[in-house]
Amino acid sequence: MKVVWNRLSSALLVLIAASFITFTLARVIPNDPSLAYIGPKATAADAAKLRITLGLDQPIPVQYIKYVWQTLHGNWGYSLSTKQPVLQEIIDRLPSTIELIFFAMSFAFIFGVALGVYAAKYRGRVQDSVIRILAIAGVSMPAFWLGLLLQLLFAGRLAWFPATGQFDIDLKYEHPISKVTGFPLFDSIITGNFTATLNGLHHMVLPALTLSAYSFGLLSRMARANLLEVMSSDYIKVARAYGLSERLIFFKLALKNALPPIVTVTGLSTAYLITGTFFVEQVYAWPGIGGFAVNSLLSIDYPAIMGITLLAAVGYLVINFIVDLIQAKIDPRMWLR
Amino acid sequence: MREKFKGFSFLIKDRLTTMATTMMAIFIFSAIFGPWIAPNSKEGAGATNVDNSFIGPGASHILGTDELGRDLLSRIIYGARPALLIALVVVGFAAIIGTTLGLIAGYRGGWIENVIMRVSELFLSFPPLLLSLVAVTFLGPGLVNALIALVISWWPWYARLIRVEASIVRSKPYVEIAAAMGVPDRIIILRHILRNVTTPLIVQIAADLGTVILAAGSLAFIGLGAQPPTADWGLMVAQGRTVIFDQWWISTFSGLAIFLAVLSFNIIGDALRDHFDPRIARQ
Repeated sequence: MKVVWNRLSSALLVLIAASFITFTLARVIPNDPSLAYIGPKATAADAAKLRITLGLDQPIPVQYIKYVWQTLHGNWGYSLSTKQPVLQEIIDRLPSTIELIFFAMSFAFIFGVALGVYAAKYRGRVQDSVIRILAIAGVSMPAFWLGLLLQLLFAGRLAWFPATGQFDIDLKYEHPISKVTGFPLFDSIITGNFTATLNGLHHMVLPALTLSAYSFGLLSRMARANLLEVMSSDYIKVARAYGLSERLIFFKLALKNALPPIVTVTGLSTAYLITGTFFVEQVYAWPGIGGFAVNSLLSIDYPAIMGITLLAAVGYLVINFIVDLIQAKIDPRMWLR
Repeated sequence: MREKFKGFSFLIKDRLTTMATTMMAIFIFSAIFGPWIAPNSKEGAGATNVDNSFIGPGASHILGTDELGRDLLSRIIYGARPALLIALVVVGFAAIIGTTLGLIAGYRGGWIENVIMRVSELFLSFPPLLLSLVAVTFLGPGLVNALIALVISWWPWYARLIRVEASIVRSKPYVEIAAAMGVPDRIIILRHILRNVTTPLIVQIAADLGTVILAAGSLAFIGLGAQPPTADWGLMVAQGRTVIFDQWWISTFSGLAIFLAVLSFNIIGDALRDHFDPRIARQ
């Protein structure tokens, strides 16, 4: 239990600091944030008035405490470009992004680990080299470029998959998805909206594939390296000496002990996907947080940027926390640390 | 003469690494001699020629031309310089800042270590690249600001790495003896500790060069990095994006340049790691 407690307290510290960093960054904008709010035509008097309404005339520490107070009470400010509450914008968009990350990660995990194991089994052979090249290519590929290439080939030339969006535009008129959890694809499944599910999965393929490339590369390399390390350890040699079957040794004994580092890397690369979605959603016009984030960055929409940054830091913490919990489950020694 | 280069034999240890080394040599050559080897150096530098816009790859322009009629091959050759420069400058600064702080933290310990490591952990508590994106937004888009923004989020990795290494070396008997003999801290850090952390440092630098090119390309792609008319690969991918289905070559070849540069850096980085850490290589 001590581990959990330690984690939680350090997570709290990180959150406080993260909120402070985002807050500070937003205050060092060369131009006055109030100007961005009312536009270029406003007079100096308007600006002064708005500075008071927005509380920008108060000392920075007071502003920070107010900001934290407001954030904790669900008031994340209003987006300068959409004029909607930032929290609402985030709640509306987050489910689509989580669905995208879920599919990308599942794909990367299944294929990454499977090919990594396969490469380890055929170490030094052709299969190993091919997988190695695939893995290095995966981590070297700019996601935005891979996205464009897949679009060009599979949406443009071959027309196998749609190029943009999470669903067809006319789907919401012909087969509207009733909102249950807010996760569109998930809702379409639980409400039995088969047409929408199929349509959503069809739209999911290219973006998820694009987003998964990096994690796939990372995971397959990690899986291979760990498995080989475990395979050269003493207890495997003993198992061999006892004449256990190679299959039993490989899948039952070695794989289980190669798992903890793989879990760590899975968590790490899920965290990479958070910023990865920025570029992938931008390319595929995905209705999630990533595209919203890029637009907010480009228009210096600082309340939105602060909200997204904080959310990303929280997401990162949650992922790390879950990884630790899984780790402790697989490897009980962790509870002693 | 041959002896002298023996230490670099890992660069050609297998077919893949040799290919990567060759590719890297081409990129470095383009970065240095770009203006002399580009088919059209004026267009490479940004001069427009709208009469020639959107010519497909062919005899007159091997990789085609862009919207403003510039020879794409020349633009890509010109793009090598900012790409490699960004990688070197960002990794260089991050390594210098991070190593200095890491050495101090690892050697001194105590509250200094606590402060330095807490601050680096803080920077590391954001998803990678996010802090750079936010920083460059507030600093204003541009190549130099993108550099600063990338350094901001990159140095903590070095601080963390070097601190661990430094604190291992610190507890070695010869360092303790040196300290007991009254050798000044500065000398111990420089002569004994820094020298012993160079291997992990070099391996990390090699691994990061490609990642920085990728990150800078991503910033440029969404419009927060280099600005027109700079010949920047990420920016060129973005410029070709609107016409991807008709004039496919612009984004495709510009992105290919990023991919190949990152790929060769990563392969060479792997070779370097194996070279220094044969334990991993054996596997």
